[in-house]
Amino acid sequence: MNRARLMQGNEAVAEGALAAGVLFYAGYPITPSTEIAEIMAERLPLIGGTFIQMEDEIASMAAIIGASLTGLKALTATSGPGFSLKQENLGYAIATEIPCVVVNVQRGGPSTGLPTSPAQADVMQAKWGTHGDHPIIVLTPSSVQECYELAVIAFNFAEEFRIPVILLMDEVIGHLREKVIIPPKLTIIDRKRPAVPPGEYIPYENNESMIPAMANFGDGYRYHVTGLTHNEKGLPTGNPEVTKNFMRRLTQKLNPYLDRIQLVEEVQLDDAELIVVAYGCTSRSALEAVHIARGAGLRVGLFRPITIWPFPQKQLEKYANRKYLVAEMNCGQLVGEIERIFGYKSVERLNRLDGELITPQEILGKIREVVHYV
Amino acid sequence: MFSDIAQYFRAETLPHIWCPGCGIGTVMAAIARAIKTLQLDQNKVIFVSGIGCSSRLPGYLDFNTIHTTHGRALPFATGIKAARPELDVFVIMGDGDSSAIGGNHLIHASRRNIDLTAIIINNSIYGMTGGQTSPLTPHDKRGTTSPFGNLERPFQILELVKAAGATYGARATAYHNQLLTELVMDAYNNPGFSLVEAISQCPVSYGRRNKFKTPADMLLWQKEHAFKAGQRAPREEDFQIGEIFKSQAPEYTREYEKLRQKLREISLDG
Repeated sequence: MNRARLMQGNEAVAEGALAAGVLFYAGYPITPSTEIAEIMAERLPLIGGTFIQMEDEIASMAAIIGASLTGLKALTATSGPGFSLKQENLGYAIATEIPCVVVNVQRGGPSTGLPTSPAQADVMQAKWGTHGDHPIIVLTPSSVQECYELAVIAFNFAEEFRIPVILLMDEVIGHLREKVIIPPKLTIIDRKRPAVPPGEYIPYENNESMIPAMANFGDGYRYHVTGLTHNEKGLPTGNPEVTKNFMRRLTQKLNPYLDRIQLVEEVQLDDAELIVVAYGCTSRSALEAVHIARGAGLRVGLFRPITIWPFPQKQLEKYANRKYLVAEMNCGQLVGEIERIFGYKSVERLNRLDGELITPQEILGKIREVVHYV
Repeated sequence: MFSDIAQYFRAETLPHIWCPGCGIGTVMAAIARAIKTLQLDQNKVIFVSGIGCSSRLPGYLDFNTIHTTHGRALPFATGIKAARPELDVFVIMGDGDSSAIGGNHLIHASRRNIDLTAIIINNSIYGMTGGQTSPLTPHDKRGTTSPFGNLERPFQILELVKAAGATYGARATAYHNQLLTELVMDAYNNPGFSLVEAISQCPVSYGRRNKFKTPADMLLWQKEHAFKAGQRAPREEDFQIGEIFKSQAPEYTREYEKLRQKLREISLDG
């Protein structure tokens, strides 16, 4: 079987999600993510799954959480304006620890912005868009191949860690067409289900793994789910001690697993004087710029965070005492993390906000400003 | 007193949070009795609610229960029902919850005619936040945000969902408790989107501002102003109780299953 296929980024996300076992999609049309909904509408009923077009973005987010609670892997996709609307129930899924995957194919903002142009300006919204302290996992593909693979990984992370995972794309990656090699074998992770009979099940148990087992609604494990601060039984509480324990587990539950969650690509970093940090579509230009610079004898490398939240601090800290150039299609969002780690004096910024890609030449120009000689 | 339905309660969660004289507790008992009479499998019953006083109801009940976000109970319930149509999904909402912030979801759940049993506990006010005007507060009545009387007119909520495509609508009150049980059963038995409006009393946040001296006065108001179809010509403030409308239309999850079947047959033929 020929495993090579020409695919669009959005299509690869849909195919990856199907390979991961998605059986439920709820969505609302929005450019530039709509292809994902269209593919799901066609494919899901063929495999016994369900596609439903909801009345709005808020309802789409609610519906996938409801479906996930019955045991199905559930997906929705949107872009900036819709992502804003989803924040309410995204916070609900975080607080109630219901796995789901939310794709945001970023376009120019704020507001309606540039619907058909790329941007990377939802980086902070993906982290902090919903109110309250909370964990989140955000993955940023930079190729169509990676759209497929990260869709699978997004579901694996969502299921294993009982958390919504944001697949933060951009219009260029969503609409790019490239060759995808379908991996012959995929690792698929399903949520841990209770190993005890219903009477002994504690739905929000503070166990050693920090991730409680999750029972399907309708399978005999009757329990309560609420966005109110809750105890281990899932029942609401205002007790400070119980609240402290709940918040501690919720906000720290990813910590034991960071090494596996924080995915990065490192290109020629060992001897690099200057490290370009870029992700998503911008990292493609950055890689090209690094190749050209190396050809000219400049000691430059690329650090590409694939997981941007939680930010892969430990992986980047290995490369201390260099200069850093952070290129991103926003006013400077992820750059704050790099400045926080190394201090702002060693960090240069390259930003573009006009809906056009940052080109390799622009990055190269900035590299030449910082690295003057071999 | 409630020994007949004690099996449906999470004893550890009681006493409930509702104020003395509140009608939500009696509405809850009426719903529990409907489930008992229907002999539903406790493990297959799902209760979904939004946010507000009435939406705390599922937390006290021993089913699979989910207390969601404000106004969003119906889309959560839609996700649950569409994913697993064999589950019996009850949706508990308040008047502000369902008709203001959740108004869009209410008309679209009606339009889909998805098989949910929805109950709006209508106490004419936002109770949890202390008595603000809701879209179901009657004209001229007072709330903390209509201190001089409500300028706006309320929704006729059953007419609204009927026009939007719901296939069953009924109304009872906290006072007409046995009727409420019967209507919830009928709503459950209707294969489509069903809405029961349960008129209830909020003595603390509504009654005190609107010339009701005691909770009992509010129950007497419910008794005196409710009428059944054909019983009498309605007077001011009167409202009809009992089944208000019933019709037949394709139900969403059954239609979706038909689509899956059809596609399966095509792929087998092909």
